[in-house]
Amino acid sequence: MSTAQDSFAPDARARFRMERKPRLVRLVAEGEWTTRDAGRLDTQLRGIDLGDAVDAEIDGSGLGRLDSAGAWLLVRTKREWEKHGTRVAPIMLPQLYSTLLHAVEHEHTAPPVVIHDRHTLEAFVTRVGQATIHGFKQGLGILGYLGRVTVETTEAIYHPRGNLRVAALIHQVEETGINALPIVGLLAFLIGVVLAYQGADQLKRFGAEVFTINLLGVGLLREIGGLITAIIVAGRSGSAFTAQIGTMRVNEEIDALQTIGINTVDALVLPRIIGLVIALPLLTFYADIMGMIGGAVMCYFDLGITIPVFMRQLQEAISVNTFMVGLIKAPVFAFIIGLVGCFEGLQVERNAASVGKLTTRSVVESIFLVIVLDAGFSIMFSILGI
Amino acid sequence: MAGATDDVVIKVRGLVNAFGSQILHDHLDLDVYRGEVLGVVGGSGAGKSVLLRSIIGLNPIKEGTIEVFGRDTSNLSEAQWREIEMRWGVLFQEGALFSSQTIAENIQVPLREYTEMSQELMNEIASMKLSLVGLSEDAAPKHPSELSGGMKKRAGLARALALDPEIVFLDEPTAGLDPISANMFDGLVKDLQKSLNLTVFMVTHDLDTLRATTDRIAVLVDKKIVVGTIDELRKNPHPWIQEYFSGPRGRAAA
Repeated sequence: MSTAQDSFAPDARARFRMERKPRLVRLVAEGEWTTRDAGRLDTQLRGIDLGDAVDAEIDGSGLGRLDSAGAWLLVRTKREWEKHGTRVAPIMLPQLYSTLLHAVEHEHTAPPVVIHDRHTLEAFVTRVGQATIHGFKQGLGILGYLGRVTVETTEAIYHPRGNLRVAALIHQVEETGINALPIVGLLAFLIGVVLAYQGADQLKRFGAEVFTINLLGVGLLREIGGLITAIIVAGRSGSAFTAQIGTMRVNEEIDALQTIGINTVDALVLPRIIGLVIALPLLTFYADIMGMIGGAVMCYFDLGITIPVFMRQLQEAISVNTFMVGLIKAPVFAFIIGLVGCFEGLQVERNAASVGKLTTRSVVESIFLVIVLDAGFSIMFSILGI
Repeated sequence: MAGATDDVVIKVRGLVNAFGSQILHDHLDLDVYRGEVLGVVGGSGAGKSVLLRSIIGLNPIKEGTIEVFGRDTSNLSEAQWREIEMRWGVLFQEGALFSSQTIAENIQVPLREYTEMSQELMNEIASMKLSLVGLSEDAAPKHPSELSGGMKKRAGLARALALDPEIVFLDEPTAGLDPISANMFDGLVKDLQKSLNLTVFMVTHDLDTLRATTDRIAVLVDKKIVVGTIDELRKNPHPWIQEYFSGPRGRAAA
């Protein structure tokens, strides 16, 4: 038995020497052949030149200590020499290590595996291909789910069988709407401040600083208010949907619901999506107001425009339509965020790592889709001339 | 291990662990000898896993001392900890394999961290360890999620053995395995213990495992520990110990 002390003894260092006689090579291993020194021994052992030897011996009877890595080195050396056509006598070892040698020698017979390098060009092309196919499948999956949810929502509304869970729905409105008020309000306010400041800075050069209010009105109400709210909600509630439903999937709760005969779309998906469709327009409205307040505050301090002047200019700058155009997009954004969040949640496999992966994916996808939809709306409105 | 039985590798003295007002261990003493297989049993919530986690330093202890390889673990430098951590391996309940890496890479993590080896030798050692724990080499390039529960445990054991440790900690190694796999795992632990000359500290609930593999058993009762062989413990009058070893399951395993 070796203890901590004798590993520092002078003869502890793992080493070997070669004894060469005509046609015979002898490897004498000494010291402590352990994992610690295996790397160094490995290089030295691979460098041995057998010359014209016909017979070889491996003598480990003088070893102070041997572990499985050390034993493997001896066994591998023996095998490589045998591959060369040299006759190698059985490895000599102290009795103590015979079980270990036996375990390493007999249990490990196949050649070592080759671990594939994932950084080659071929692997890269493969990954790109796989990702592309996966992307298409994903799109198709969401499209299919969109169809299913649309059918179920329509049914729930037109033929109510009592399958719309009102309590769950109200809970979702609270969770995604009311609880989001502080963060949405603060961010919208700050965006109003920033927009007013930058706008005023530029417009001052033309003496047209009063048009900062037009910029604020159109920019915030029509585009930024809705967009920023949707993005915050996607990060906040879309991710929560995926994580909640995903965790239920890992715990087999979804399977339990199905075996009890409860429709998962009714129980989990519809309350979330409809709840969000109700909450997001309200949040957008709130964000619009907070943004305008932020802009008004900035206009007052930076340009000296008082609140009554601000209000009058605002009335001239925007119509109800501008405001409605911003607000009409919110339910659509909400539907997409909720749909993607729930869809990805149901895609979770039965391991914890997949919850994290799909939550990230859900947020990225819903923000992507929200911005694409927003661009689509812009094009549509410009064609309609609104 | 003749002549080595007085060689204490883990020495716990006066260990106190408590969560809030609930005391889990009350001045508990335990010795683990070199080369033995020690089974730790106890009711649910008796603090078996906490004891294991205390010894390996994952759980800050309230009072008492823990010595591993003759060193007090409470005041060690970073370098001394590494020295000790290199000499033990831990198999967590579900294997705790790193999910982003393949099985071979998992086994190579400790090798990469503590030694300097060529990738070729690391691959060889990884597949040697895999066959030691009875996994075929097809498992090497797979990810943990592609393996069954029993295979994950074997792979976890292979990683715990990567550095040829002197002590191996096993947390419920046979929980969740079917009886045949559990038997195979018992045999594996015993074989490895013999061929690699390991000290095994095993938390388990499995009476068959206890009978098949352990030299001594430590029972956690009344916040203390009672140690003995199965036959000694059967004679212990403590009601919980009686119930445990002489209840219907205990008799079935005998």
